[in-house]
Parts: sequence; C-alpha cells; structure tokens
Amino acid sequence: MTLRDITLEDIESLAVGAWVLGTGGGGSPYLGLLNMRALYKEGHRVQLMPSDDLLDDDWVAAVSNMGAPLVGQERLSDSRTIARAVALMEEHTGNRFRGIMSLEIGGGNSIQPMMAAAHLERPVIDSDMMGRAYPEAQMTSVAVGDLKPCPLTTVDVRGLESLVESVPTWKWMERVSRKICAEYGSTASTCKAPRTGAEVKKWGIHGTTTKAIAIGHAVREAQRKHEDPIAAILGVEPGKILFRGKVVDVERRATEGFLRGRTRFDGIDDHKGAALEINFQNEWIVAWRDGQPIAMSPDLICVLDSVSGEAVGTETIRYGQRVTVIALPPPPVFLSEKGLSHVGPRAFGYDIDFKSVFA
Amino acid sequence: MRRIGIDVGGTNTDAVLIEDGKVAGAVKAPTSEDVTAGILDSLKALGASGVLVGKRIDGVMIGTTHFINAVVQRRHLTRVAALRLAMPASASLPPFCDWPEDLAELVRGGVWMVEGGHEYDGRLFMPLDEAAVAKAAQEMKAAGLKAVGISAIFSPLDPTHERRAAELVAAVMPDATITCSSDLGRIGLLERENAGLLNAALADLARDTIAAFESAIRESGIAAPLFITQNDGTVVEASQARRLPVYSFASGATNSMRGAAYLSGLSDAMVIDVGGTTTDVGQLKNGFPREANSVVKVGGVRTLFRMPDLLSIGLGGGSHVSLDPLKVGPLSVGYRLLKQGIAFGGRQLTTTDVAVAMGILPLGDRGKVAHLDKATCARVFDEAARMAEEAIDRMKTEAGDVPLIAVGGGAFLIPEKLPGVSKVIHVEHGDCANAVGAAIAQVSGECDQIFKDLPRRDAIAAAQGIANDRAVAAGADRKTLSTIESEDMPLAYLPGNSVRVRVRVVGDVAAG
Repeated sequence: MTLRDITLEDIESLAVGAWVLGTGGGGSPYLGLLNMRALYKEGHRVQLMPSDDLLDDDWVAAVSNMGAPLVGQERLSDSRTIARAVALMEEHTGNRFRGIMSLEIGGGNSIQPMMAAAHLERPVIDSDMMGRAYPEAQMTSVAVGDLKPCPLTTVDVRGLESLVESVPTWKWMERVSRKICAEYGSTASTCKAPRTGAEVKKWGIHGTTTKAIAIGHAVREAQRKHEDPIAAILGVEPGKILFRGKVVDVERRATEGFLRGRTRFDGIDDHKGAALEINFQNEWIVAWRDGQPIAMSPDLICVLDSVSGEAVGTETIRYGQRVTVIALPPPPVFLSEKGLSHVGPRAFGYDIDFKSVFA
Repeated sequence: MRRIGIDVGGTNTDAVLIEDGKVAGAVKAPTSEDVTAGILDSLKALGASGVLVGKRIDGVMIGTTHFINAVVQRRHLTRVAALRLAMPASASLPPFCDWPEDLAELVRGGVWMVEGGHEYDGRLFMPLDEAAVAKAAQEMKAAGLKAVGISAIFSPLDPTHERRAAELVAAVMPDATITCSSDLGRIGLLERENAGLLNAALADLARDTIAAFESAIRESGIAAPLFITQNDGTVVEASQARRLPVYSFASGATNSMRGAAYLSGLSDAMVIDVGGTTTDVGQLKNGFPREANSVVKVGGVRTLFRMPDLLSIGLGGGSHVSLDPLKVGPLSVGYRLLKQGIAFGGRQLTTTDVAVAMGILPLGDRGKVAHLDKATCARVFDEAARMAEEAIDRMKTEAGDVPLIAVGGGAFLIPEKLPGVSKVIHVEHGDCANAVGAAIAQVSGECDQIFKDLPRRDAIAAAQGIANDRAVAAGADRKTLSTIESEDMPLAYLPGNSVRVRVRVVGDVAAG
C-alpha cells in the first residue's frame, strides 16, 4: 500500500498543470483550488493512491462536474455537491467505493475527486479516463474499451438528484445526461458508472494526477525564478512548440450546448509573417497553418500565455493575447483505430486523417 | 481647446495646460496631506506663469493614484457588508474567500448570503428571498455598516435581483453607499463581486477625495467642469467617478504612457517612466498601453479589470546608492530627497546626488558631492542602465530594436543608448507626462447588449454604431473614434441566434 499525502502545495501545482492539460477547455481549476484551500484549512487531508494498488474487485467512483464552464464561473462549485453524487451512487449500488478518480484530468475536473475524497475520507486514484479534457461522454478510454456506460448520478445544489439507470451506448449516455444537465442550468455534479479495480487497471490512463502536479510545479518554479515557463514544461513533458503568436480574432458560436469556433493568431519571433488558426469545440481540436492541418486531436494542443506559462481557455481567450502553442503526446489508448473513431478528427466533423505531431 | 491636466502623485502634484495641441505651461508642487492644498498650489503656480490670464478653460482632468494606494497600503478603507444573492449555490466559497487575510480583516463588515439569482438563459435560479434581504439590511444597520456590495448569479445578463435588493437595502439604510456588481463587471461571480466590494470599500475615500478636488478647483477660480481619468485612458465626469472609483484605479500609469505618446508623437514604442522610487516599463500599441493578459490582482484581490501591463522595478531618482558592493535601490528616500540627499545637506547617497556630481542635474550643492569621482559615477549609471535594460527586455514582445520614450522625474537615469533599443527619446515636459496624459484623455462609449437573429458581423456592426453614438453624445469627435475592445459571446439555448456583444470605442474630446 503506497498512499502518498497530497499537500496543499501539490494542489496549487495541480491547478496550474491540469489547466495546461485541459487543452483550452475543462474549466479553470481555480474555484476547485479555493474549495481545497478551505477544506485543508478546516483540517481535511487527501491521499493519492496508484491504480496498481487496487484489488481487482475493488469499486472505484469516477467523478466530474458536467456543463458549461461559463456557468461554473457563476454557480461556483461546492465541494459537498460532488461528494453527494458519490454517496448517492453508493446508496444506489450498495457497494462501498475503495477510492475516487477523475473522469478528466484536464481543467477543473482534476480537483473534483479531491473535494469528494476530502469529505468522504477515501484516497484519490492516480488515473483518469481522458488524459486531458474532452467535451463528450463517449470520448473516454472506458468508452473506447466498450465498458458499461451506466448507471450515472447527477446532483444539483438545490436538492435535485437524478439517476440514469440504463442506456445502451455511451452516445445515449451523452444525450440523456446532457438533457438533465441543461435542465439543471448547465451544471451538474456527476458520478459516472462505477468501475472495478480490474477495469481501472486495464483501461485507466495512469499517473495523470502526478503528471499534472509535475507540469504545474515546473511552471510555478519558472515563474518564481523568472525563467521561461514554456521551456520548463518541455523539460518535464516531451512536447513540441507549434507556434508563437498573438491572437488576432476569436469567433465563437454556441451549438447543441457546446462552444464551437476558431481563433486566429499572427506569428511573432521565429514565426513572424506566419498565421495559425485553431478550431475548437470546448477544447482545441485542430490547428491549421497556411490551410494545412499541423496538429489535431487526440494530440494535446495547448495554448499558453507566453509570459506566465499558464493555459489560455477557449472561453476566455481574447484579442491581443501573446501566446505559445505547444503539442503534448496523446494517451496511447486513443491511437488505435477504435480510439481514433471516438476522438480523432472525424469524431469532431473534420474529414482528415489523423497524423500525430509526434509520429 | 484648452484643458488643464493634473496628476496627484504620492510625491508631487503636477499640472499642465494644453492649448491648441501644445503644452502651454507645466508646473510641479508637493502633494499635500489633504490633497486640496497641493492641487491649489499647482494651479496657483500655473496661474502665476501667466498662461491662464483671460482664458476660458474647457475642462480640468485629474488623474490620481489615491484609490489604488488606499487598497495597496490598506488605508482609508470603509467596512463593507457583502450581500450575495445565490443561495443555495456557491456557499462553500463565500464573499471575501480569496482576499488576502489582512485586507479581508479590514474590509469585511459581514457576509449575508440569501436565495436569488438567474440562470445563463434568463430563467430564475432561485426567486429572490426579499424577506431575507430585508432582514440582512436590518442586521447591517444594527452593525453600523454604511457601505454595501451586492452580487447575484448572472447579474450581467439580468440585473433585476441586484437592483431590487439595492432598493430593499436603501429602504432600511437610506444613507448607505450601495454598489451592484452588475455595474462593474462581466461573467465571473467571484471577480465581479470582488470588484464591487473594493468599490464599496472606497466609497468614503472617493467622496472625500473628489470633494477635495472640486473645492480646490473652485478656490482657484477656474470655472471648468471636473473630469477624472480612468484606467483605460478615458475620462468620466466627477459624479460617475465618485460612484465607481475602482474604474480610476490605475489611471496614473495609463496617463504617463499616453502622455509619452503625445509628447513624442509616437504611437508604438516602449515607455519607461522613472519616478522617485520606482520605474514602470510598458509598451504603447496604437497610442494606448498594452493590457495585461490575465486576471489582474489589485492589492492581492483578483478582479477582471483591464489594466496596463506594466513591470515595476525599484529604481528612481531617490534610490539609495551603496558603492561597495555597488547597489542601486530598491530603497528610496522618496519625497524626502530634498532633505536627505547628500547634495542637499543630507546623509543618504542617492541616484540624484550622482547626477548632480556628474553635472547632469543643476540641483543642490555640487560641492557636497565633489568626492564622487567620474569612474564611480559612471559605475552607478551603468548599473541603473543595466536594470532598465533588463526590465525593457522582459516587457518587449518582439525581438529587434524598438524605440524607447523615457519620461518621469528620474528619466535622467536613462542613457542615450541602450542594447535592444533603436533610440532613446527624451521629451520636453517628460517629467509631467502623466499630467499631460490626463489633459489629453479621451471620451469613451460602450455598448453591451444581446442581439437576436443577426449574423455575427451584423451584430458587431450594430453594437459599434450604438457605442459610437454614445461616445459622441458624451462629447467625442466622431471623426476620431476608434474601437479599443470588441467581444462577442454566443448565448446557448436562448431562442433564436442570440449573441452578447460588447464594444468600447474612444475618441478625442470634440473642440468646444
């Protein structure tokens, strides 16, 4: 048993690193961080457990906050609501969870399991199901693995609790749960289909909480020492710089509950004279240079503030910002033919073949 | 067109007269404790120079660091009652939850959280609990509170709950100063609420300061309307600045950069403003300071204000100098320079003393610094230049040499040649650049509304037209209008194709 104590410093770094892995979406982890500061101040503590330590027949809760990040900035996430979604699932299944994991390490959902874990006194499992952020329920490693998509619990702070008992496919889960979420006001605390220890070990994307903490730590150390934070990230992750530029246009449209659009950048420094365009659906999906796709999902496209190294989101990016665009390698589970059918460019409506920056 | 620009700084109060596009007069007076005397002195000095005789003044524009200093130095702040209309949501993150503890201790007069607020699509989140608001107001009154900050979920989209709550509070506390968050900020409950709470905390100071400005101008005998400069380099009438002092937070830095642009005739350049204690480095783009990218913290509090992106270093005309080992700043004698500097009979060696020894500044008694030899002086200036060079390099957004405008009372520290700089421009009246920036401040117009069933391009054009008309109504010359902010955000689920567009335009004041 190798439980590791998570310090508040770790969570401060997690907030920065998870935002980088959010690839433009996933919502800012800042409010989750504030909740954790409050919980640690009250004496709560959280521990991290590698998935290797799970027994095959352990049960693991996978949690996330679902909805529009914009709503999350107004209806601030309350740590008790996500804990309630987990407790509701235990009441329904009658199985006690061994630990709690994140559905999505990218963005604010990296901290949701920490909040639930603090209230329920269980460890956080150091794995997730995306290795980044994605907009839809079928865009996960467990959906690629065709694991069971249900049941699902959703909780709203006003005392609204819903259970999706049965759906035949992940796509149906996406459609049904999004309807519930929209009725709640486009934000809901959710506990996804419970997973066994064996399933997590086989289909989880491992070590991602540790990875996000390492990225965040590198950025914060570089900020403290006035060093280049982009170089610091590339020092801990095998990423590549795609572009340095400034934002010259942002076009957003909301369709079917997603934020879609494109951002155009003009190059500076080494990229002066060049232009980049990135399409997004909540997250950065495909980057184009001179009409040619140069990076695409499932490669991680991260737009970072050139000075602070912190991530810039699709919802908040604005004219004039100076940014560096980098790519990070994708989780291997998404590179199979089945994986690409869930999260490759065609899954987002782009009729192009996936070609990795890292091929 | 004749305008007086005044900058009320921590050390000096500067005043300039701008007439027909030229600086017709410029004076400095020490800033006084009560503000009024310093402004009056500077206006008297300006009058004594004869430039005002028999002339009609179109406006007096004052820029001040008073409000931001109050927050940074934790002085003159009013206790605030925070009323949030969002229950049962967001309860684990109450108002003031991300404030630095020392500032929260000073400002937090109490927190009341009641049911209310809207959804993103205009539905009610919860009905406003009017009885709870009225009860909260009674408790605020009993606690002796006089300033109230009200926030509600999605109030920028629907401010009715905040406004109704303000009415209910005013009915119980008719003399209270009430700030509604929807008057200040955009989406982001915590940051918007923080801005509202800071604004409420500045209520007393804003009232007193602006009253002092008004009485100084009245006593000086100048019959001209008073305007206050804002963070973005535009002006508002004094009554609005009194209501929303947070908008005038960072106007000092903006004014000095705009003044540098005006005095040099350049619209794209780096600017270095060397004061008595600190040096600010920023970048001019199209005549305006480049804005900070991320969330801006004021005195440690997160807000969503647009502020100039500045780097401040501890270098100035009053910086302490030690020779072995060589060190310049960050300590400074500040406004005590004329008493404590060696050239003025004091005991502290400063950068100004070194400049006097080199014969650059005709101040004090050069004999008192005769012991500083040429080589020593050169080492001190080299160190100051190195500090400036590093700061400029960090603020540059492009490789290659760029022009640098050096302004402020300590601009003598900036040499004629610096690595990474194509040329260093010292301008006449550069020591009063911030007062010049105030005098030439522009007028703005804003449109922030939801458009339905219009293509994006047409919605933006419609918003631009409204903003232009508002700027002209506020006194701008239509020919000079330009867009400084344009933002559009689609609103999911609203019927039709709804988009929220926010456009801000600025223009020069139309010739009276």
